[in-house]
Amino acid sequence: MEVWDLAGVLAMGVAAGLAGGLIGVGGGVLFVPGLVLFAGLGQLDAQATSLLAVVLVGVVGAWRQAGYGNLRLRDGIVIGLLSPLGVLVGTVAANLVTEQLLRLSFAAVQLVFAYKVAKRALRPADSPSGRRNG
Amino acid sequence: MSSRLARLAVIATTAGAFSGLFGVGGGTIIVPLLILWLDYGEREATGTALAAIVGIAALGAVAHGAYGNVHVGKALLIGVPAVGGVLAGTALQQRIPERAVAAVCAVVLVISAVALVI
Repeated sequence: MEVWDLAGVLAMGVAAGLAGGLIGVGGGVLFVPGLVLFAGLGQLDAQATSLLAVVLVGVVGAWRQAGYGNLRLRDGIVIGLLSPLGVLVGTVAANLVTEQLLRLSFAAVQLVFAYKVAKRALRPADSPSGRRNG
Repeated sequence: MSSRLARLAVIATTAGAFSGLFGVGGGTIIVPLLILWLDYGEREATGTALAAIVGIAALGAVAHGAYGNVHVGKALLIGVPAVGGVLAGTALQQRIPERAVAAVCAVVLVISAVALVI
């Protein structure tokens, strides 16, 4: 592995972890291209390998957030345990409609989320909607 | 089934579908739904999403591992620096207002939506 490739992998890893800590994502969005571009993996192997790195980020991130009082473990476990249902639903959906429609649908949902979350970002500092930690 | 449990089930199903279809963990679905639908604070939503993602990603990693697609050494090569990043990221998150967390989240959601369609 060339030194620049190594630097690229390390940088993508740190960036993915920072994003995980700041906004609670696992980092797969950065791991996958990082592994393809700098570690020589194909798309499928990169996605599979990324999942293992996501486990590391999730375990350490959830542990730290628990220490800060920001973890509702029961809800997290319920979501994690029920998520395989979604994989089934997704597989069925993928066979009913085109991938393009699925992509557009999720993109539309995320834009609605972005709008609503952005409105919260613009709320007054002492708004009761931020009651728990605000 | 309580309506709260029903909501968690819908969040899990949506995140699982998103994760399975596009090969990511599902955090961009879980975090906004916990905030908007279950009245979580931003920090709680991100902390709880990280725990949920462990389950989703671990199942996926085991399934892919059975097919020999998981490169453990390369997962550690990118995952260990990521652990450093997540330690710094969670520490930084405690020092900024929740509104700032919401703002960063909104920006990432827009980026994710754009990335889905291009």
